[in-house]
Amino acid sequence: MVAYALQQLINGVTLGMIYGLIAVGYTMVYGIIGMINFAHGDVFMIGAFLSLISLTLLGAFGLTFVPLALALTLVLAVALAALYGWTLERVAYRPLRGSFRLAPLISAIGMSIVLQQYIQIAQGAKNKPILPPLPGGLRLMESDGLVVQVTWTRLLIVVVTLAVLGAFTWLVSATPLGRAMRACEQDTKMAALLGINVDRTISFTFVIGAALAAVAGFMFLLNYGVIDFFIGFVAGVKAFTAAVLGGIGSLPGAVLGGLLIGLIETFWSAYFSVEYKDVAAFSILILVLIFMPTGLLGRKDVEKV
Amino acid sequence: MDSPLLQVTDLTMRFGGLTAVNALSFEARRGEITSVIGPNGAGKTTVFNCITGFYRPTSGDIALTHPDGAAFRLQILPGHRIARRARVARTFQNIRLFAGMTVLENLLVAQHNALMPNVASGLLAVFGLGGHRAAEAVAIDRARGWLDRINLLPRADDPAGALPYGDQRRLEIARAMCTAPVLLCLDEPAAGLNPRESDALAELLKTIQADGCSVLLIEHDMGVVMRISDHIVVLDHGSRISDGDPAHVRADPSVIAAYLGEGDEDDPDVPLAAVPDGSLAAAS
Amino acid sequence: MSATNVAPTGTDDPGSRQLLRRISKSVAGGNPFADAALSALVAFGLFAALIGLRTDSGPVGLVLTPRPWALAGWVGAVFLVRLLVLLWRQRTRPAQAYAENRRLAEGLAHLSRLLAPALLLLALALPSFADRSYLDLGVLVLTYVMLGWGLNVVVGLAGLLDLGYVAFYAVGAYTYAIFSTQFGLGFWTCLPLAGALAALWGVMLGFPVLRLRGDYLAIVTLAFGEIIRILLINWASLTGGPNGISGIPRPTLFGLRFDASGGPDTFAGYFGLEYSPTQRAVFLYYVILALALLTNWFTLRLRRVALGRAWEALREDEIACRSLGINVTATKLTAFAIGATFGGFAGAFFATRAAFVSPESFTFIESAIVLAVVVLGGLGSQFGVVLSALVMIGGLEMLRNALSELASGGYLGPLGALVPDPGQYRMLIFGLALVVVMVLRPRGLVSGRTPSVALGRRREISAELVAEGRG
Repeated sequence: MVAYALQQLINGVTLGMIYGLIAVGYTMVYGIIGMINFAHGDVFMIGAFLSLISLTLLGAFGLTFVPLALALTLVLAVALAALYGWTLERVAYRPLRGSFRLAPLISAIGMSIVLQQYIQIAQGAKNKPILPPLPGGLRLMESDGLVVQVTWTRLLIVVVTLAVLGAFTWLVSATPLGRAMRACEQDTKMAALLGINVDRTISFTFVIGAALAAVAGFMFLLNYGVIDFFIGFVAGVKAFTAAVLGGIGSLPGAVLGGLLIGLIETFWSAYFSVEYKDVAAFSILILVLIFMPTGLLGRKDVEKV
Repeated sequence: MDSPLLQVTDLTMRFGGLTAVNALSFEARRGEITSVIGPNGAGKTTVFNCITGFYRPTSGDIALTHPDGAAFRLQILPGHRIARRARVARTFQNIRLFAGMTVLENLLVAQHNALMPNVASGLLAVFGLGGHRAAEAVAIDRARGWLDRINLLPRADDPAGALPYGDQRRLEIARAMCTAPVLLCLDEPAAGLNPRESDALAELLKTIQADGCSVLLIEHDMGVVMRISDHIVVLDHGSRISDGDPAHVRADPSVIAAYLGEGDEDDPDVPLAAVPDGSLAAAS
Repeated sequence: MSATNVAPTGTDDPGSRQLLRRISKSVAGGNPFADAALSALVAFGLFAALIGLRTDSGPVGLVLTPRPWALAGWVGAVFLVRLLVLLWRQRTRPAQAYAENRRLAEGLAHLSRLLAPALLLLALALPSFADRSYLDLGVLVLTYVMLGWGLNVVVGLAGLLDLGYVAFYAVGAYTYAIFSTQFGLGFWTCLPLAGALAALWGVMLGFPVLRLRGDYLAIVTLAFGEIIRILLINWASLTGGPNGISGIPRPTLFGLRFDASGGPDTFAGYFGLEYSPTQRAVFLYYVILALALLTNWFTLRLRRVALGRAWEALREDEIACRSLGINVTATKLTAFAIGATFGGFAGAFFATRAAFVSPESFTFIESAIVLAVVVLGGLGSQFGVVLSALVMIGGLEMLRNALSELASGGYLGPLGALVPDPGQYRMLIFGLALVVVMVLRPRGLVSGRTPSVALGRRREISAELVAEGRG
C-alpha cells in the first residue's frame, strides 16, 4: 500500500512540475499585461516538437552519448521556442496592447488555432513516439511485489525543474531585468515614466515564459515518450488552472498550483477513476475559487471604492 | 421621534495591522447636514464605506432609524440592501457614473428597484406586462425633474462620460437622489470644482436638505462645509477629535492643531489658513 | 535602487551592438526591404526545424525527411507578406487610418439601420431561390447567429466573460436527444425543456462563481465546459459515451412529419405534394430562423427594460450598481440563465437537425468560435453578430469549397506539389483571420452603443466611452 502511494507521489510530483513550469508562463504574462495568453499551451507543444525533432536529428547524425544529446536538445528547444514566444507577442499581442480587454484574448485564441494547425500540417496529425533515451531508474524499495522506482527520466525532470526554477527566481529577484519586470507588473505606465523600456520587458517576459514552456515540453516528451499536435490545449488548460489555483500573478503560487494539480490528478486516477481525473482537478479549482477567490497565494485585493 | 437618524457607536475598522477607524462614535440627526472632516488619511472614506456596506467593520454598531421607526443595523446588511431597504445613497470620491450610458439612462438605472421589484416582473416587462410601461413613465418624469434641477435637461441624451467634470459631479448626486434615500452620503462632492460650481453645489445640497433628505458629507472645501453644515464631526487618525456646530469646531484648538500639524507632520499637503472672517478654508 | 539602474541589459559587445544599431536604423528608417528581410530571417528560425524537417514513423522510431522547398516557400511567403504590409502602410498615415476606421464604424452603424431589414428579407426569401447547399449553409450561419445572440447577453450586455458557453449548447442538445429517444417526446415539447435545463445548469454554475471577477470567471466557465464534456463522454449509460446518440427524431410541423412514406401524417402527403428532402431542409431553415429571431426580439426588448439596463450598468460599473441598490449577484445570474436558455434552444435544434449528437461537437473550440463571433461583431451589437457570423462561418465554408476546388481543378500548377492538400489550411486561415481582424478592428465590426431610451433622438454612443466589463 505504502509502495503504491509512494509511486503515485513520484508520478504526481513529476507531472506537477511540468504543469508548474507552464503555469509560470501564464502567471508572468498575466501579471504584466493582464491577459490570458491562450497560445501558451501551444508554445509548450512546440517545445515538445522541437525536442522531438532535435533528438531524432542528433540520433540520425549518430550522436550516441545521451547526456550530450539531451543537453543539446534542451538548448535548441529552449532557444527556438523562445523565438516563438517573442514572435507571438510581437505579431498578435503588441498591436493590441492597451486596447479593449477581449481583443487580445480572441487574438490569442486565434494564435492557438494557428499553432496547432501549423504543426498538424507540417508534422502530420499522427502520434509521434520516440524510443526512451534514458531507460532504467533508481529502485527505491520493494514491497508486496511492487517495485517503487524513480526512473532516470523522472529524476532528470525533478533536477532540471529545480535548477530552472532556481535560475528563474534569481533572474526575477536579483537582476535589473527582473526588477524591470516586477516594476511593469506593479504599474506599467509608471515604469515607462521611470525609463524602463516596457516593450522590451514585455518581450522578455514572453521569451522567458516560452523558454520555461519548452523545458516542460522537453520533459513531457522524455516522460511520456509520445506527443501529438493537440497536447498543448489540455496541458495549457491544466497549467492555467494551476496558475489560478496558486493565485494568478504569484510565481511560487504557479509552481505550487502545478504540483497540486499534478498530485490531485495522479492520486485521483490511482484511487478513483482515470476518466474523471480532469473533473477532479477542475472541481478543486472551482471549490478553491469559491472559498479563496484570489487563489492560494494570490494577493488579496481590497476593493477600491 | 428623537432617536437620531444615524447612530455610529464604537466603530472600529482594521486593515491588517493598520487601524483606520478607532472606536468612533457620532450621530447624524434627521433633517440636518452633517459633515465629516479631517486631514487626509484620517479615515473619513473608510467610515463612509462601512456605513454604505462596502467594508464590513471590525467591530462597532451602525444604527439607522427611519422616520417611521423602522430600524436597520447597517454593519450586517449586504451592500445592495443598504441602498434598497435602509435607503442610504452615496456618491464616490472618484466619480462612478455609467460613462457609456446616457444621462437619462443613469437616472433610470438608479430607479431599478422601483421599475423591477423582482426578477419575474423584470421578465414580464419584456412582454409589456406587469405595469412596466407606466412605471417607466413615472421614472422618466422623476429623472426629468432632477435633470431640470441640476440644469442638465438639454443633455439628457448625451453619454454621461462626455459631460464636463462639474456636471458629472452633480449628475452623480442626482442619480443617488433618484433612489429616494433618507440619507445621502457624499464623498468630497466639491473636489475639483471651481468656486462658482462649489457655490452651486452648496445651493443644491441646501435644496436637498429642504426636501427632507438628511445629508452626510465628507469635504475638504471648508467654505462649503462651514456654510451649509448643521453639525460637524472632525476625525484625525481614525478617532473623533471634535464634534459640534461650525462655530464650535472652528474655535476648537485641537482641530486647528490637527490641520496645521502641530507636533506631527502627518499631512503637509492640506494647509489650512484662517481666513479673515474666521472660517477655515483650504488654500489650494 | 534609482530608476536609471533599471536600464535593460542588452548586448554589451560593441561590434554586435553597432551591427544591431545599423540594422535597426535601416528598419526604423523605413526601408521595407531590410525590415522584410529581417522578418524572413526570424521566419527561417521559426520554420527551419518544424517545416524543414518532417518526422514520419519509420521501421524503428521516427525518420526525418528534409523539405527545403517547403521551408523556402514559407520563408518567402513571410517576406512577401511583410513587404506588402509595409508598402501598404507607407501609403497611409496612422491618423488617416484612424479616421478611416472611425468612418467605417460609423458607416456600418448607420448602414445597419438599412441593411438589417434587407438582410431579414433576404433570409426570409432564401429558400425560394437558393439550392440545397446554400440552404444548409444558411442553417449553419443562423445557428451561430443564434448562439452569438445568446452569448451576447452574457458577454456583450452584462460584461461577463464566459468561455464555456458550449456547455449550455451541449445540455440543450443532449436534453432533446435523451428525452426524444428514451421517452419519445417531440421536438416542440423538448424545446422549452432544453432551454429550462440549460438555464438550470447556468444558475447552478453561476450561483457560486459569479462573485468571481474577470479572468477567474473565464477560467471557471472554461473548466465547467470541460467538465460537461467529460461527463458526456464517460456517463455512457445515459449519453452513449463517445459514440453519442443517434436516430434522434426530426421536428414536425403541427404533427406532420417530413419523410417519404407519403401517409396523411406527413407533410408531403397532407398537402398532396411529391416528397422531396428539400422540404425538410426548408422547414429546418425556418425553424432556426424563427428561433434566432425570437432570441433577437427578446434581447432587444430586454435592453429597453430595467433588467437589460441593469446588465449594461453592471458592465459599466459594478460598484456603482451596488450603491444604487441593485442586487448584483441576482442580476448577473439572470443574464447567465437567459444566455444559457438561448444556448439550450440552439442545442436542441442542433440535435434535431443532425439527428445525432456526440461529445465531439461540444469542444472548447466551439465556445471560442461563438465568442469570436460576438467580439468580432462588436460587443453588445445584435447586427454585428449577424455580420460576423456571415463573414466568419459563411466565409469558412466558402473557403472550404474554394480550397477543395483549388485542389481538384489543378489551378495551382507547379505549386500544387508544394501544397498537396489545400483543404487542411482551412482552420489555419481561420486562426490567422481572427488575429488579423482583431489587430485591425479590436472593437469589432460594429462598435458603439445605441441608448435604450431617450427624451429626444437616440444618438449612437461612441465605443471609446463604453466599458467592456470586468466580470
